[in-house]
Amino acid sequence: MRPILEDDLNAYVDGALDDARRAEVQAHLETHADSAARVAAYIRQRAALRAALAPVAAEPIPPELSLRHLLEARRPDRRVPWRMAAAAVVLLALGGAGGWSLRGPAPGQMMQHGIAGLAQEAAYTYDVYGADQAHPVEFKAEDKAQLVDWISSRLQRSIAVPDLTAAGYRFMGGRLVATPFGPAGLLMYDNGQGVRLGMLVRPMTIDKSARMAEHSNGAVNGYAWADQGLGYSLVGSTSPDILHPLANEMRRQIQQSI
Amino acid sequence: MSDMARLIEPLIPALRRYARALTGNAAAADDLVQDCLERTISRWHQRRDDGDTRAWMFTILHNLAVNRMRQTVRRGRHIELEDIDESTISEPAHQEDGLRETDIMAAVNRLPEDQRSVLLLISVEELSYADAARVLDVPIGTVMSRLARARERLRRLMQDDTAAATATPARPHLRSVQ
Repeated sequence: MRPILEDDLNAYVDGALDDARRAEVQAHLETHADSAARVAAYIRQRAALRAALAPVAAEPIPPELSLRHLLEARRPDRRVPWRMAAAAVVLLALGGAGGWSLRGPAPGQMMQHGIAGLAQEAAYTYDVYGADQAHPVEFKAEDKAQLVDWISSRLQRSIAVPDLTAAGYRFMGGRLVATPFGPAGLLMYDNGQGVRLGMLVRPMTIDKSARMAEHSNGAVNGYAWADQGLGYSLVGSTSPDILHPLANEMRRQIQQSI
Repeated sequence: MSDMARLIEPLIPALRRYARALTGNAAAADDLVQDCLERTISRWHQRRDDGDTRAWMFTILHNLAVNRMRQTVRRGRHIELEDIDESTISEPAHQEDGLRETDIMAAVNRLPEDQRSVLLLISVEELSYADAARVLDVPIGTVMSRLARARERLRRLMQDDTAAATATPARPHLRSVQ
């Protein structure tokens, strides 16, 4: 038998042991009075804590925590007060004056090239448009032909729009976005349950052909690769296990279409 | 939206309970829960679709609460942030643990924040050890060691209280969080 650990005693208190291990812990407690007294105290402690806090969960939920109110309060306000407009003019003017000193990457943050750069751009782009409730895409799925023409003409490369319906992801549409290496196309997908994916595509100056690599900045995961001079990165706030097969499927469809 | 509401709404009572127990202050706790709900709504699309909404919302709430408590400490309004080493706590008196409800909350409030949060997430909110590790962004081993320390320290605090109560009645343990 494995020796009884402090972790086992705690898991016993929490009812988190399987039957076999629980029996072993019980047998141990029968012969070790000190441990048994401690475990008994922990069990009483746990019950007392739960009893003390139970009334909080039973209280009616105050109106400021009503989900309906919170959702209503989020409706976008389309008015632009003149003060904000005036502030924008001032900021533009300041930006013009101060812009040169702000060129290049921020200190401590090297501008990434190649596939790593593409991955970073995809994560930034997804942060902005993936979170957008009002206008996540500029061209919707029904205007796919126009979107493809637009992106292809700006990238000077023809692009393909992979179909992920079989995997449960609907094409939402897309837009053109800016990167340090020129324009890129952003294609967006969603699964109808609020999970969005973004795919960024742009011509590569280096890494014109690169194997698929996983990337993550914590909240956003992605897979990036390059083929025939075009770089791709599929990103989303979802697990790599879900993204990887989708990225493989996209690469397969793109290779077939171009 | 209704899908989102269906998943979030049943969690609100537990989120309020955790925030209240962690901060010890009803108004501050509800402010935190409100922030948590707003963030959850605005980041709904970033939710991992394989993940569990409950653990995700507890993560958001916990991070907000810890940030808020640290700000309060920096502003110097928080009087007590004790983290006495186990060894400095006197040997327990051999008496029955006094587990009256007010006593236990006063004792919980005297635990360091990292032990308090582990104890509450596991004992009260019934998160699995793995989920608690995700919420707190620490390895499971750390969850287990904090849990063990929290329980043992709470046990000793309760024993001390019982001992003190017999010697000097009505010793207050109110922790100021405002």
